[in-house]
Amino acid sequence: MWRRSASFILDKRNDTGARPDFVSLSPPQTTASTMADTLQNPNAKVSAYYQTRAAHHGVVTSDWLAQAQAAVGKYSPESDVRSSSSAAADPGSGKPFSVIDEFNNWRKQPDLAEAVAAIRALAAVIRSSEATTMMELEIELKKASDSLKSWDTTSISLTAGCDLFMRYVTRTSALEYEDFNSAKSRLIERAEKFGEISYKARRIIAMLSQDFIFDGCTILVHGFSRVVLEVLKTAAQNKKLFRVLCTEGRPDRTGLRLSNELAKLDVPVKLLIDSAVAYSMDEIDMVFVGADGVVESGGIINMMGTYQIALVAHSMNKPVYVAAESYKFARLYPLDQKDMAPALRPIDFGVPIPSKVEVETSARDYTPPQYLTLLFTDLGVLTPSVVSDELIQLYL
Amino acid sequence: MEPRRNPRTVIDPKVRQVGFFAPPDRSQSGLPDAASPVHASSSSPSGNSLSPVMIPPPRHHSDNLIPPLPSPRSVPHPAVPSSYTAASEFSPTAASSYSSGSRFPGDGDDVSFSPGRLAKENSVKVMASSVPTVSLVNKPPLNIAATDKAGAEVLNDRPKAPKEKMSKAERRALQESQRAAKAAAKAEASKGPAGTPGAAPAKPAKAASRKSDVASASVTASEKKGGDRPTEKERKKDVPHPRMQYDDTSRVEKAKRRAVVKQTEARNRVELFRHLPQYEHGSQLPDLESKFFQLDPMHPAVYKVGLHYLSGDISGGNARCIAMLQAFQEVIKDYSTPPEKTLSRDLTAKISSYVSFFTECRPLSVSMGNAIRFLKSRIAKLPLTMSESEAKTTLQSDIDHFINEKIIVADKVIVSHAVTKIRDGDVLLTYGSSSAVEMILQRAHELGKQFRVVLVDSRPKLEGQLLLRRLVAKGISCTYTHINAISYIMHEATRVFLGASAVLSNGTVYSRVGTACVAMVAHAFDVPVLVCCEAYKFHERVQLDSICSNELGDPHAIANVPGREQLNFLDGCAKSDNLQLLNLIYDVMPSDYVSMIITDYGMVPPTSVPVIVREYRREHLWM
Repeated sequence: MWRRSASFILDKRNDTGARPDFVSLSPPQTTASTMADTLQNPNAKVSAYYQTRAAHHGVVTSDWLAQAQAAVGKYSPESDVRSSSSAAADPGSGKPFSVIDEFNNWRKQPDLAEAVAAIRALAAVIRSSEATTMMELEIELKKASDSLKSWDTTSISLTAGCDLFMRYVTRTSALEYEDFNSAKSRLIERAEKFGEISYKARRIIAMLSQDFIFDGCTILVHGFSRVVLEVLKTAAQNKKLFRVLCTEGRPDRTGLRLSNELAKLDVPVKLLIDSAVAYSMDEIDMVFVGADGVVESGGIINMMGTYQIALVAHSMNKPVYVAAESYKFARLYPLDQKDMAPALRPIDFGVPIPSKVEVETSARDYTPPQYLTLLFTDLGVLTPSVVSDELIQLYL
Repeated sequence: MEPRRNPRTVIDPKVRQVGFFAPPDRSQSGLPDAASPVHASSSSPSGNSLSPVMIPPPRHHSDNLIPPLPSPRSVPHPAVPSSYTAASEFSPTAASSYSSGSRFPGDGDDVSFSPGRLAKENSVKVMASSVPTVSLVNKPPLNIAATDKAGAEVLNDRPKAPKEKMSKAERRALQESQRAAKAAAKAEASKGPAGTPGAAPAKPAKAASRKSDVASASVTASEKKGGDRPTEKERKKDVPHPRMQYDDTSRVEKAKRRAVVKQTEARNRVELFRHLPQYEHGSQLPDLESKFFQLDPMHPAVYKVGLHYLSGDISGGNARCIAMLQAFQEVIKDYSTPPEKTLSRDLTAKISSYVSFFTECRPLSVSMGNAIRFLKSRIAKLPLTMSESEAKTTLQSDIDHFINEKIIVADKVIVSHAVTKIRDGDVLLTYGSSSAVEMILQRAHELGKQFRVVLVDSRPKLEGQLLLRRLVAKGISCTYTHINAISYIMHEATRVFLGASAVLSNGTVYSRVGTACVAMVAHAFDVPVLVCCEAYKFHERVQLDSICSNELGDPHAIANVPGREQLNFLDGCAKSDNLQLLNLIYDVMPSDYVSMIITDYGMVPPTSVPVIVREYRREHLWM
């Protein structure tokens, strides 16, 4: 609507039609109620993924926490009942629901990656499945995976993890020499191994990035990434001398949590507000971020603010390094910021906002590959253009 | 993460021996020559006679590089890119296309050098199973001895004099022995491989394999040394073969003699583009029409399609390719193997002659080139035991399958990917007329998306007008403008959809002239550019500018504006020396301007084109 156009007459005519996306932004006052709704009704309005991250890592106000716990507590006894009953009973309509609850149970562990939680949930599906043939099991898994994905459409690593596991299942399901039970156990074993793989992935990435951290360097980090934390931890353990500038990371304020962790490691930390990044950029030697998802073009999707930092770093010729595990590679290809599924996260400004004022509540942004220098993954140190290579090899 | 796929076979560099060693499989060559002792004596000493201080020519290095290639003890695997037509018929696949090629030593195929033809050369890799095509044999023929030797001689021609003579002689000796053995084996082989006759066929087999060993070695060598000897055209079997450069007058003369279509060269050619063919337009059609009943070897379907190309009735990569393949289907349907000939060889020869006819009508496009490579590899793969009718039906169904899978279904996949990138309220800009883009716009409209289209067009072809008609008939709101207004209109656009004639290995897009301009302006305005191209149009070559490979159209089309007589100011001037008219048909868009390429393999960044070519070229890209 706000685009300049020579054919403005045409555009005016279009504008009289309702523009749906203006309506969907929920005003902040109703966040409490919508949050409670998300667990029950997966709602794309508020991204559960970012909620969880906040729950894990954010500095939360106590009443928000109380509300969240109340919301969770309301459903967990039911979900436990459901999952146990479905284990005993036939796979029926209770199945998909228990997948989601399994997933949520796993996800609550702060140290567990989303994708791993998803795969563990799928492994639970296999375990409790009563299918007798590979095809049936595959179909069940597909259903479970689809329901997981649709439950939270905004989480890229969830989607990628489900896709990866389904890919593994379909690729290896045609093995003729094994009977069904051994196939089942192989799949479960693989799912278990996946958790180890992902943990090991962090270690590999940490090891690879050690060469890039030199003594006396200043690193800027944004958002709380467990991988980046691992990287810095390892560097500190290797007795490297460096200091870290940490952005606050509003609205999650995950930066505060990160600075706590780093202070525990005796790493000199300086906290910046998000707006102070350009101001401090000349004393910075490199930027380290994690990624929620790595897309096919080689760009990353990460917490809101990453794109800004990458732009500033690029214009000042500072390298931007991304630490991401390989299971985060997703088959998405956003062309611009708005080309992704919206992931909205309500922002608490601390003061009431008049209802006429819109708030941009998107929780993430897309950083195009030309602003990224290198990607540290468990497959090695890659340039952004290699991501598509890996994806083609994996998915085609 | 999933375990990686099997790593590609890599030639082990540790096996390389430099300089002072006689390459070990020279000794292996002694074995196959045991049958012809006269020649064995010449061949084995030749191996030892490498003077220690002389660095052997590169093919010896490469011999060492690939010792595990079809071991002389086993029947050769058909997958050898040997150019030796003397290869026994036990490698029918290798032999067939080459002998067929050898029937035209440097003939009308010389004419056929063009972007499309180029495509065929690139399939030759050391281990490739696809068979290099006819043009391979068309190195400037040294016209030595029989046509069978033409291919052999090619490899032998090296500037290093004393070395080369020895090896040339040695090779000739080997060839003689092979030919003798083959003649003997032919009689035996018709009874089927057995016992002692098995030994004889084994010998030429071994010889062939050893030959092909060396051939492929030299092929690797040529790959590696291609840059070192720019004048050595024979060496460059694997390197994309340069099309015939039309400023080389001797080749042009030769080509004209064999040409079916009599083309008169245009006068007043732009110096920079002298390497591209340019003919007087308007003179060929009546000439061809008059010759219609005299062109015996030409199948009428092929003739018809050629005429369509000449007159410009069929244009667009997909349309041309489909028309050509359907003509070939007719050819195959009406084909009957002449006596004393094998179907694969003869048919390939026929196809090659038809291809050269097409090239004379209009230079091949990359899509056509890839389709021809596919067809030839299919013909080459036909088992000898297949009956003729079976073979014909197989080939016809293969062609159908190719058209369906690589073009029609691929387009559907592209459309399904592309419509996800169209949002309500978008203003889509497109240039010229691309079949893929048209399908995308129609599909998006069917899905009910609200968007409008800006169609940019340019002279002299004004292809956009046809597309405009079709879109407006469907009810899509369109804006039409010429390319002069591109920077004026670009700020309105939210997405740019472009088609392509080919996508090259470095991500460059080769498409209708003017497309690069649109992409550049879009890039300047930060509008994402989406190129829609089927994967069969991908090509391994790399092009840095629009000059080295292009097509020149009718220069008078620029000077004349049809229907506006009062604007024909250039009427008499075309003949003057001071004025040279240049009508380029294609141009090249660097990969920086392209945001995404939409193919039937999904949406990929331009840097992934060589990945797709690498992963799928041999197995799936055409099959």
